[in-house]
Amino acid sequence: MLAYIVRRLLLSVPLILGIVTATFFIAHLAPGDPVDLYLQPHRQVDPEVIERVRHDRGLDRPLPVQYANWLTSSARGDFGESFLLHRPVREVLAETVPYTLLLILAALLVDALLGISLGVVSAVKRGTRLDRTVTLGSLVLYAMPGFWLALMLVLVFSVRLGWFPTSQATSLDYASLSGPGKLLDRLWHMVLPVTVLGVAGAAATARYMRGRLLDVLGEEYITAARARGFRGWTIVRRHAMKNAMIPIITIYGMSLPLMLGATTIVETIFAWPGMGRLTVDAVLGRDYPVILATTTVAAVLTVLGSLLADLGYAAVDPRVSYDGPGN
Amino acid sequence: MLLSVRDLRTRFELDEGELWPVNGVSFSVGTGETLGLVGESGSGKSMVALSILDLVPAPGRIVSGEVDLGGEDLLSMSGAAKRRVRGGEIGIVFQDPSASLNPVYRIGDQIADVARLHRGLGRVEARREAVHLLGDLGIQQPEKRARAYPFELSGGMRQRAQIAIAIAGRPRLLIADEPTTALDATVQAEICDLLKHVQGEFGMSILLISHDLALVADVADRIMVMYAGRIVEVGHWTAITQEPRHPYTKGLIGAIPHLGAGSGSPLEAIAGTVPDLTDLPDGCPFHPRCPEAGEDCRSAVPRLQDVGDRLCACYRVKHTEAVT
Ligand SMILES: Nc1ncnc2c1ncn2[C@@H]1O[C@H](COP(=O)(O)OP(=O)(O)OP(=O)(O)O)[C@@H](O)[C@H]1O
Ligand SMILES: [Mg+2]
Repeated sequence: MLAYIVRRLLLSVPLILGIVTATFFIAHLAPGDPVDLYLQPHRQVDPEVIERVRHDRGLDRPLPVQYANWLTSSARGDFGESFLLHRPVREVLAETVPYTLLLILAALLVDALLGISLGVVSAVKRGTRLDRTVTLGSLVLYAMPGFWLALMLVLVFSVRLGWFPTSQATSLDYASLSGPGKLLDRLWHMVLPVTVLGVAGAAATARYMRGRLLDVLGEEYITAARARGFRGWTIVRRHAMKNAMIPIITIYGMSLPLMLGATTIVETIFAWPGMGRLTVDAVLGRDYPVILATTTVAAVLTVLGSLLADLGYAAVDPRVSYDGPGN
Repeated sequence: MLLSVRDLRTRFELDEGELWPVNGVSFSVGTGETLGLVGESGSGKSMVALSILDLVPAPGRIVSGEVDLGGEDLLSMSGAAKRRVRGGEIGIVFQDPSASLNPVYRIGDQIADVARLHRGLGRVEARREAVHLLGDLGIQQPEKRARAYPFELSGGMRQRAQIAIAIAGRPRLLIADEPTTALDATVQAEICDLLKHVQGEFGMSILLISHDLALVADVADRIMVMYAGRIVEVGHWTAITQEPRHPYTKGLIGAIPHLGAGSGSPLEAIAGTVPDLTDLPDGCPFHPRCPEAGEDCRSAVPRLQDVGDRLCACYRVKHTEAVT
């Protein structure tokens, strides 16, 4: 098992390297120059100043050299300094990544809890009005664009009803709140962004879970379980769920990259201080060090996500084993 | 009588028309008796088994009849009472253990859960019982096998495990639906011996279902022959095998090269093919394939009647005094 994990991690190194390399060249070859953008407000700048800024940032060197420099320093964990924020990228990442992880984990939780329970209910109550409602609802939610849902939620629940904040991760008076008050304040700010992120996934999970569970409930071992006298609910819980869950776990592993993509939109709309918004700002401002760093983090997270999914798969399905012979 | 089935009718309503895999079936099983049920594929044997447990899959439905178990009709029991019967009074072993064992559930747990459900055993006791049953059914290293998943066992071991599950609730009747068909020939005999052993040890009745008359004759006290949803002949195993009277039974016996010594393929010996249950001929359903058929066979379905030493549903078979 450990050997498998190590092998998988080693194999993912070239993958991450490839992603980062592609990002490096795409970013640099895209039109627009970070220095131009940076200096725009002050039109009459001495060309010499521009040259100096270029030189300080190493932008005057040939691209391959820049690439090699970036690679060696980032391998040491040094992602350079942000052009826009004038702070070490590492520091900026340390501040933003936890916010994004929090959002994603909460959204995955919503996805799993809501999606699986709705899928199960809808399969067990197949053909009833409840099933049709869940089916229709999940199709609508799945088809709904995330940004539109976000804007609608803000419009209704923040602007009209005033139940939830429109943006940010904490209130202005956060520092003065008590411990539980702080926690509540954070949760309160998370409700809308997490809903936007989690709901589409939950809709997909519900559809998928329903189909899988219906397949499994048609298996002969389910008839056999009924013939042994188990009651309906026990059969779903104990005999069918595990079998139905197996492919769902793989789907989760694949949903992480999609979710990382979605955080850019959600974090921008909700002014959430996470990595997604940081990336959007960096792209708009040609902040190369930040773009490269967040891409690296996203690639690493994706690889870890799929590794976790595979391990989860092996944990649930006894027929899958990553142990070599003799282990 | 432990179990009495009376005039059981099960219908499937399909797009192609309706179909009666169980069409007025009546029989009973005595305490400690082994009753065999034979017939070609598609004759409705499995549907008899599932109907007894009221587990006919949709779009099938039991239309009428009684399944009398100790004076109570299972078909009109409450859901909870039915669940007590399933696994607790009647255990069932299916044909293909690979399909009927849960793939992600340890063998020992599958056995123990039934023992807990029907015998109220505690977790530890049930676990011990599971290991004990596996050992009793001839599985080496039962401790280890109890922790195994079905895919880690051989076909024969899986079928033993399935038998262990079926008897873990100490049922009074064990239904074995083609328990050896999915297995190698060498393992088949072992499983048959095992059924006899189980019966001896727990004194349960067995309803043994198979298309293989030779195998059934080897184990059963009485044999029922089924054709197109109906019982066509019932009698003591010697009567059925030595002196079959229904033309269909004769065909089945004739197909066995050396009775009791091997399994034959009845399809080769009986002319024609198994009828399409959605499109049965008028009269006796067997008449298109029957060498003895006459005009009367085309008019009405012959009833199962006492013809002396057995019951038989054929116009050609007349009542005779029992000669044993
Ligand atoms: N789910 C179903 N839908 C439609 N028809 C069915 C279904 N299950 C069984 N049948 C029909 O019922 C008839 C009897 O089936 P059954 O499984 O009882 O036969 P069997 O005697 O057990 O045969 P085998 O030896 O192949 O197991 C078959 O002709 C089949 O066409
Ligand atoms: Mg069958």
